[in-house]
Amino acid sequence: MTIPPPSAGPTPSGDSLWSRIMAHDLTYLFFRSPLTVVAAILSLAIMLAALMAPWLASMDPFDPAQVYLADANIPPVWQDGGDPRFVLGTDDQGRDLYSAILYGMRVSLVIGLSGVALAATIGITLGLVAGYAGGRIDAVIMRVADVQLTFPAILIALLVNGVVQALSKGTSRETWAFGVLILSIGLSFWVQYARTIRGSTLIEKNKDYIHAARLVGQPTPLILLRHLLPNVIGPVLVILTINLGLAIITEATLSFLGVGLPPTQPSLGTLISIGNKYLFSGDWWIVTFPGLTLAVFVLSINLIGDWLRDALNPRLQ
Amino acid sequence: MTSPSVTSPVLELRNLVVEFVTRHGTLRALDGISFSIAPGEVLGVVGESGAGKSLTGAAVIGLLEPPGRIASGEVLLAGQRIDHLPIEELRHIRGKRIGTIFQDPLTSLDPLYRVGEQLIETIRTHLPVSEQEARARAIALLAEVGIPAPEKRIDGYPHEFSGGMRQRVVIALALAAEPELIIADEPTTALDVSVQAQIIAVLKKLCRERGTAVMLITHDMGVIAETADRVAVMYAGRVIEIGPVRDVVKSPKHPYAKGLMGSIPALDERPERLLQIEGAMPRLNAIPQGCSFHPRCPHVMPRCHEARPVLATVGAGQVACFLHEVGQ
Amino acid sequence: MSAKPMVSVTHARKVFDVSQPWLERVLSGQDKQMLVAVDDVSFTIKKGETFALVGESGSGKSTVARMVTGLLPASSGTFSIDHVPLDPEHGYPLALRRRLQMIFQDPYASLDPRWRVGQIIAEPMKAFGLASNKDEERARVSQLLKLVGLDPADAVKFPHQFSGGQRQRIAIARALASDADVIVCDEPTSALDVSVQAQILNLMKDLQRDLGLTLLFISHNLAVVRYMADVIGVMYLGRLVEVARVETLFAQPRHPYTRMLLDAVPDLAMTGRSRQPVQGEVPNPISPPSGCTFHPRCPLANARCQTEIPLMVDGVACHAVQENRKA
Repeated sequence: MTIPPPSAGPTPSGDSLWSRIMAHDLTYLFFRSPLTVVAAILSLAIMLAALMAPWLASMDPFDPAQVYLADANIPPVWQDGGDPRFVLGTDDQGRDLYSAILYGMRVSLVIGLSGVALAATIGITLGLVAGYAGGRIDAVIMRVADVQLTFPAILIALLVNGVVQALSKGTSRETWAFGVLILSIGLSFWVQYARTIRGSTLIEKNKDYIHAARLVGQPTPLILLRHLLPNVIGPVLVILTINLGLAIITEATLSFLGVGLPPTQPSLGTLISIGNKYLFSGDWWIVTFPGLTLAVFVLSINLIGDWLRDALNPRLQ
Repeated sequence: MTSPSVTSPVLELRNLVVEFVTRHGTLRALDGISFSIAPGEVLGVVGESGAGKSLTGAAVIGLLEPPGRIASGEVLLAGQRIDHLPIEELRHIRGKRIGTIFQDPLTSLDPLYRVGEQLIETIRTHLPVSEQEARARAIALLAEVGIPAPEKRIDGYPHEFSGGMRQRVVIALALAAEPELIIADEPTTALDVSVQAQIIAVLKKLCRERGTAVMLITHDMGVIAETADRVAVMYAGRVIEIGPVRDVVKSPKHPYAKGLMGSIPALDERPERLLQIEGAMPRLNAIPQGCSFHPRCPHVMPRCHEARPVLATVGAGQVACFLHEVGQ
Repeated sequence: MSAKPMVSVTHARKVFDVSQPWLERVLSGQDKQMLVAVDDVSFTIKKGETFALVGESGSGKSTVARMVTGLLPASSGTFSIDHVPLDPEHGYPLALRRRLQMIFQDPYASLDPRWRVGQIIAEPMKAFGLASNKDEERARVSQLLKLVGLDPADAVKFPHQFSGGQRQRIAIARALASDADVIVCDEPTSALDVSVQAQILNLMKDLQRDLGLTLLFISHNLAVVRYMADVIGVMYLGRLVEVARVETLFAQPRHPYTRMLLDAVPDLAMTGRSRQPVQGEVPNPISPPSGCTFHPRCPLANARCQTEIPLMVDGVACHAVQENRKA
């Protein structure tokens, strides 16, 4: 028999949100896990750096006017032939790698976050509707989800890419490349959200507080949004964090394969793709630094997601 | 012929203290529990949510989960201390010498194994018998607990039994290894009223025949009145009254016990108003000084704020209350 | 006091389809399986009185409660409150909905954990447009909290900060927020400790007396029902077997199941009363016994009981009573 530890009484309900956050169990657990704190600091630092790229970078690597082909393939500053202007070296086009990483991270983050946001929105909405409505609607949505799962993100990206390319003959790739990527990621990852939310909704909708709201005649959208959603959204936080890492890697993969961003707007993936070609000629820095940045960021995000999942699991307390 | 074990108790708790170390501080969930159970006796441990009755049962069988731990005191099984034993030994004792019956028969039985398999496994783990003999014993047990056609039902899966039948199987399982003590935690709460009576009768009969002591934990005073020989009433982690069941149920002495009995609606009359105790049981981090009941007590005295009353003999039982210390 | 009933239930029936999914059924050649949860239940409640529905698990009492409120659509039957009928498609009209409220069994599931107590209590007010501005709303919430014995300052707190009994008080406050006068209580104290139960029952009785409430009270606890009810209906496997005023039911229970139920309640007064041993368990509602569903457990059953369903006559549905048969 599991006897839960006796409750110590209500946690003080300070009126301010800040005091409630500080007093929360999650905050306490967070600071007790040094690895998670480090991971959080790292990922926050990278995100902030990416956000402030225009101020932190030494040049804008996407501005053709600032890029000189003569500066191509210069090694990092501590090696022979290095140039103090380019701390981490340059790529094959002469772009400063340090700046390219910052801007590239920004691109990756925008796409990653938007893609995940799109996936979450689609998934949560469909999950709520499927779980609450039940019956045929539920069956249809779940079958669509099943079919969706058989398509890997790459395939979807190729599909969407092909369709958009055919439809937009004439307009440059730059305008719709972002949208294609975000759409592909959104369409690939929504199923996990939908399934999780649906499962929780199936349980919550039978609870009496939902019955009480129905009894008073509350319209269904209000019940879904204001009663159900806040109570089922917990596990989504874990999925969001882990998905973010996955989304960025997916974007990197797609760009690596050439289905993603054009060379003029390189993301980390594009940089890695470029650098890969030069790896065997000895210019190791072009692939290493973007690769390291990507790895560190995704690892940090995943660690946070892992911690969150364990922290939210009442059985592991 | 009386053997020495007749006079010495099967289970004895001496000043058991259980604490939980949490980030809000150390909470004392059980504050010095002492009682004993004689062979063949049914001791009811009664109390409301948060009083600590389930925790007492968990502490006895060593199923306290961290951050809970036994801080001090002793648990003696047939005169031998078991509270500080290593896990392996405790596990062995749990199966052989202490049987357990929990509230939910659905989760007490493994749904993937036949009922017979679970019984036989328990029997053979603790008794040196062959497979056939174990099966014969299992069938006999099922018959004793009142399962019709036991030789057929023994090969059934738990989900093929109704709720009451499942609980009977759980009782059989608890008795299979011939334990000296059974701890039953809310054994009838999940059952219908008509089935409750049957299960109570089965439990009583079997334990009486085998001389097994029973610690019956429940919040249902009616079940206690029908089943127990003695009853201990718990409040906020302490035993505040203990005595023969008739005395405690019909003429409780402690004000809390009185309030408790008075607040139960009776079947044979309809009062104008139910007796109610104001307030609620204190949370563990807010247990009052002195007598833990004094903020709610209609007979509170100045002394109650300062000193903690201990169990003192009054008549055939014991009461922890200053009202009964003076002049008795 | 009008003699016409406040709540009226006529021939209520609810059948659940518990068949296997279509494909499996076709492949294994099974028939559809139907569970009759409620079978031809009729009763009325007078204004200001408490009608209790008692029964064990599977008796259908909670199902009846949900059909009366409109939360669960009935398979057949009519329901009306203050002579306003329940429309099977649209439920009760808005004006009547305001007057009908429900208190649920589980205090831990009946309040939205993410809403503050004040919001929870104000929800019915908002839904029916009863408060014209925030101040009025807040004042009314404070008033309700005081009425149920809580502190108005509790309005900013969350449900998890309260005990089970306090949560039920909040649920009662919510039920009264729209000035409801018909309240359906589904086992409101079954999940509470005995001393807390006493507080809540006393509170409910006081409120009923002061506000003139009509209550439909569902419970499996006969002693609680003895204290709360004016009229009691005993249900078994979806049917009403006996309906009587409270004193009559306890003094002279007529249906064998009622007698068995009363006998099965543990003897707290320790009178050592002689009890008839209890037979069997409630059968599986999917395949109930034929005729009178109680006949396998009934000491008075005869051949007629096995084939013919007894009709409710003079408050009892039992052949033995109607034929004046004793054991």
